[in-house]
Amino acid sequence: MKKLILLLLTGFSTLYAQLPDGKQILDKIDQNLSSENRVFSSSMIIHGRRTTHTIRLKTWTAGENKSFTEYLFPVREQGTKMLKLEEQLWIYSPSTDRIIQITGHMLRQSVMGSDLSYEDLMEDKKLTDQYIAKVTGSEIVDGHNCWIIQLTAFVPEIAYQEQKLWVDQERNIPLREEMFAKSGTLLKKTELSDVQRINGRWYPKKIVFKDMLKEGSGTEFLIEEIEFNVPIADYIFSKASLKK
Amino acid sequence: MIRFLFKGLLRDRHRSLIPFIVTATGVMLTVVFHSWITGVLGNSIEFNARFAAGHVKIMTSAYSKNAAQTPNDLAILGTDTLTRIISEQFPEMEFSERIYFAGLVDVPDLSGETRAQGPSMGIGIDMLSGNQAEIERLNIPSSLKSGSLPQQRREALLSRTFAEKLGLHIGDTLTLVSSTMFGELALYNFTLCGTIEFGTTALDRGTLIADITDVRDALNMADATGEILGFSRIGHYNNEEATNIASRFNKSYYSEKDDFSLLMKSLAEQNNMGFLVEYSSKLKGILVFVFIVAMSLILWNAGLLGGLRRYGEFGMRLAIGEEKGHVYRTTLMESLIIGFLGSMAGTIIGLAISFYLQTYGIDLGPMMKNASIMMPQVFRARITPEAWYIGFIPGVLSSLFGTMIAGIGIYKRQTAQLFKELES
Repeated sequence: MKKLILLLLTGFSTLYAQLPDGKQILDKIDQNLSSENRVFSSSMIIHGRRTTHTIRLKTWTAGENKSFTEYLFPVREQGTKMLKLEEQLWIYSPSTDRIIQITGHMLRQSVMGSDLSYEDLMEDKKLTDQYIAKVTGSEIVDGHNCWIIQLTAFVPEIAYQEQKLWVDQERNIPLREEMFAKSGTLLKKTELSDVQRINGRWYPKKIVFKDMLKEGSGTEFLIEEIEFNVPIADYIFSKASLKK
Repeated sequence: MIRFLFKGLLRDRHRSLIPFIVTATGVMLTVVFHSWITGVLGNSIEFNARFAAGHVKIMTSAYSKNAAQTPNDLAILGTDTLTRIISEQFPEMEFSERIYFAGLVDVPDLSGETRAQGPSMGIGIDMLSGNQAEIERLNIPSSLKSGSLPQQRREALLSRTFAEKLGLHIGDTLTLVSSTMFGELALYNFTLCGTIEFGTTALDRGTLIADITDVRDALNMADATGEILGFSRIGHYNNEEATNIASRFNKSYYSEKDDFSLLMKSLAEQNNMGFLVEYSSKLKGILVFVFIVAMSLILWNAGLLGGLRRYGEFGMRLAIGEEKGHVYRTTLMESLIIGFLGSMAGTIIGLAISFYLQTYGIDLGPMMKNASIMMPQVFRARITPEAWYIGFIPGVLSSLFGTMIAGIGIYKRQTAQLFKELES
């Protein structure tokens, strides 16, 4: 009997020992996805209930707190600009020549009818700065061995209280994500693919977002061009540049 | 004979005055109550029809499931052609396209940044085509508190209290922040041309009204509309007509399998209005029934008392040879005269009071300060053709029934006992 208990205990501890530390994986994800700054051009293909439409954007990002986006297409949206500084977000619309600050519940609204909210756009912090990670198992996703990681937020006022990630064991990139509210409701799902080696890091060039509270077939976010750690002039991240 | 009885009634007021007053009062109350209830329910139904439901409303099937949220991403497309076709198919209805939307009204400071902001419910209606139907339907000219109606594109009206709260004056610029039909952020500048007050808290909190062409531009809804409202050409809601038209329309345009097929709903099928419509139609029947029962009981009692008081008179008449049937019939004839005159007086007084309530109404606004439902503040009675007879017929009949029941006692009198009774 003693032998059996010893055997079971040894077995469990061996199994537990085989699962890596969640924080180490998050660090590796952050090394791939975070950068001092980046400039990228992207397309959002929004599959609504009735129609599919495409938006083209160019974004400049510096650190975690500064981001500037300009809408290039369609013509109706051309010249619309968004500026994020710390926790604040402003939008400039050339047709009204107005700068409007997006606050409160409006941050949870969809960006241009997509499955992304303004909050999603603003969330650019490192995962390790927001979540405690626990590896709960492994699974194969799209032919890649993945760790399943449960994330629980330790910072208040965060868009998603919990997340579940399927992280590629070789490339340390999440291939699938599920985001949950405090109540446990599944709010959003993402699928990351077309992972490419860019400037010594792995980066997904296609992300499909699906807002689970919204009908439609999701939004494809395609990175067309991306550059990391390039010099960006400071004036880009000022309100004055919105009207330029 | 009638003249003889009439003279008797006039000379012996004890015989006629109380039944006359009772009948007149009952009839007057019935007429006033009927006109008031018809007015209040009719006001509420028509108010909801004009501002929200129409007599019928066309939406896409998907939109109708969440109509309270005005999901314009599920709007009707190709409305120019559609409105023309349905106007030919259903000539008994006048159709109007409307776009209801939610958003924020943002007021800029001198540098163009947000000075004030508040949530708003917007309505886009036809204001600039030259057709005044929608403007009049929403009673906008008489609700205008300052400024003028939109005369050109990009002009909008705002609730007076809302404009004051935002510190807006006529001629100021305001920006509508909303979502387009495709879910994109919509920003659109308007010039405030006037302020309005409907007298309904739900509408006066934060309503923005603009021409539908501007709203289409703002919300990227070219040739689309959230709803098409139909208004009966007879001028008021007729449930039978609306149900019939909706059923004919849905046979041609609605399919359960297609979320974007068109669905027409009658007013009674929207916003729990069915109860009000059904209640309104049944109320008159209930009212007449209650009135006849109550009045019959009162007049029966009055008849019994009268019969007791006239016990001697009836005895004398029977003793000198008048037939029981004749006595009974003359009593009934008397009650008919009293019923007729009482009902006539009651109807005239009732109509006069109803006319006053129809003209001036009663302002219940202070009692509904925080009400969120769409109800008018001033409630008015409404005199319908029914009001002229709804109290009159039961007034005459109940008076007759009362006397008929009370008069049965005449047949129980024993002729042999009459002289003994008279001696005592």
